Amino acid sequence: MDNGLSRALGGLGRRVTSRVWRLGYASRFFLAILLNSATALRRVHLTIREIYFTGVLSLIIILVSGLFVGMVLGLQGYDTLQRYGSTEALGVLVSLSLVRELGPVVAALLFASRAGSAITAEIGMMKATEQLSAMEMMAVDPIARVVAPRFWGGVISMPLLAALFSAMGIFGGYLVGVQLIGVDEGSFWSQMQASVDFREDILNGVIKSFVFGIIVSWVAVFEGYDAEPTAEGVSGATTRTVVTSSLAILAADFILTAFMFTGT
Amino acid sequence: MSRTTLDLWVGFFVAVGLGALLFLALKVGNMASSSSGDTYAIQAKFDNIGGLKVRGAVKSAGVVVGRVAEIRFDPEAYLAVVTINVDTRYKFPRDTFATINTSGLLGEQYIGFEVGGDTEMLKAGDTIKKTQSAVVLEKLIGQFMFNKAAEDGGKK
Amino acid sequence: MSSDNLVEIRDLNFTYDSRPILTGINMTIPRGKVVAVMGSSGCGKTTTLRLIGGQLKPTSGEVKVSGQVVHQLDADGLYGLRRRMGMLFQFGALFTDMSVFDNIAFQMREHTDLPETVIRDLVLMKLNAVGLRGAHDLMPAELSGGMARRVALARAVALDPMLIMYDEPFAGLDPISLSIIGELIRKLNDALGASSIVVTHDVQESLKIVDYVYFVSAGKIVAEGTAEDIKNSKVPYVHQFVWGEEDGPVPFHYPSRPYGEELMGRGAHHG
Repeated sequence: MDNGLSRALGGLGRRVTSRVWRLGYASRFFLAILLNSATALRRVHLTIREIYFTGVLSLIIILVSGLFVGMVLGLQGYDTLQRYGSTEALGVLVSLSLVRELGPVVAALLFASRAGSAITAEIGMMKATEQLSAMEMMAVDPIARVVAPRFWGGVISMPLLAALFSAMGIFGGYLVGVQLIGVDEGSFWSQMQASVDFREDILNGVIKSFVFGIIVSWVAVFEGYDAEPTAEGVSGATTRTVVTSSLAILAADFILTAFMFTGT
Repeated sequence: MSRTTLDLWVGFFVAVGLGALLFLALKVGNMASSSSGDTYAIQAKFDNIGGLKVRGAVKSAGVVVGRVAEIRFDPEAYLAVVTINVDTRYKFPRDTFATINTSGLLGEQYIGFEVGGDTEMLKAGDTIKKTQSAVVLEKLIGQFMFNKAAEDGGKK
Repeated sequence: MSSDNLVEIRDLNFTYDSRPILTGINMTIPRGKVVAVMGSSGCGKTTTLRLIGGQLKPTSGEVKVSGQVVHQLDADGLYGLRRRMGMLFQFGALFTDMSVFDNIAFQMREHTDLPETVIRDLVLMKLNAVGLRGAHDLMPAELSGGMARRVALARAVALDPMLIMYDEPFAGLDPISLSIIGELIRKLNDALGASSIVVTHDVQESLKIVDYVYFVSAGKIVAEGTAEDIKNSKVPYVHQFVWGEEDGPVPFHYPSRPYGEELMGRGAHHG
């Protein structure tokens, strides 16, 4: 029959099955991380070290980006609100958009490209230079010793970074709105406090960033562990980490938002 | 990098991160004020609640004293039944008058309590008897136009 | 089956993606001996080491290490066995994020509850054995190739293993480092009373130190014997390999069409 069509279909089928297979493999890997987390949590210093590399080293980029995003929100928000004569709602606009969406999402995207790619590259290089193999031969499980601490380091760092991003952004909005443009300071804060709910808005934002932390860390350690043990393989895996985790963050954000904020 | 410097940095990072969370919770959110305290639930029935939302504010003399917890429709009386969580710090007389107001011309709608003179206080589970529904702007404008037209018609 | 043999490999077959890597391998590593597995790159030597270490499972046949069939062990049994094995990887595989000291202390810290002072003494002893006691606080990136290999060697013997495996220990070393490593392999083996397997394609250096040699080509053992036997071997492949001749059973040319046809016969090919 039509040879080209059947070959195209076959190719499509192979791609789908290989994707599904990979997803299954990644899920088993995720389970293996959870089962082997005892070491990472018992020998807390292993995880603290990774919090340094993922969290502390991402601090500058998160703080600076948060400040600028907040300042832009302040400018744009003021511009829109003043048409309706309700500029005192600027605090509400800035804080809600940061706490609910921009904080968790943008911080996670930055985290994926700053820390996620570094984790993938590091684990990938350890694999390429047979360090993981060597560890296995020394009767030390690399998932417990190398992968799990990096995973937990990322999961712990992410919500803190997102909170810092939001706080910094609100400060940026305050700088532009109140200090620069001259919105009334009292109504900026009081309207914000009246409209931002701790559970509905802030806690949900924290839950979001926690989920994103799991996603980015999982993708990063998996791609590194699964990388072809060559230089090209590692660089390819690093790119895949950023692309895959960014897409996953945005998709998960949609799903979480749908569950969290449309119920009321 | 030595272990102690590393620990110090991580400690600093975690402290600042938790500080940011605390800032969001207290300064940005309203955890410090109403929603964390104990509340008691009372009910109020309205002909029309307009644009009132769950979590909407309940104010007395302009101060937030509670939140709207639930809104449902009573299929027998054809009325909207609003459950209100009132802060336990505040007690209101039984003949308190509940109205649905709008903050500003187009702002959010909230429930206002106008305090009556009864000596008995509202308890959890009580229903407010006297209510006034939301002012529906379209109706108001329609009524105004109708009256105006009738007035004009009478003159002729 | 005598207990004199630490490692016994019987009728071992290994296929990867339906491509046979090893077929019908039989090997024994007697206790206390240094045995070399030689052959050109990609002939399945490293695979043999991974099968002994239990990182791969054989398709058929078995590998016995000190009486235990490796692929039948559960995870704990395998890890228990590996604690008594040391392995030197091709380019050392030192942990790049740890100092030389921490690299060697790694297994002691992971597997023992020794106090840090004891670990320190042990690490310095191991480093002294490879002549690098002074380099203990350097990072792996600061070491030369030969030094890194010696550190990796010290790490491989950190827990005084009964079996030491070397994957291409001579690859990419200058002649001085080469003979140092060769000497160390022999000395450490005898000092620890261990047995060693050296996978290598460096004939001259390894023939100086080993007791017995297996010659592997395309996944099969083509010759075995002592260093003398190998040097005088009449097997054409071994002869070519030992004496480094450029043409022989391993042809200089990659398989191709006849030269003349390729240059002249383009029209004929397409016609």
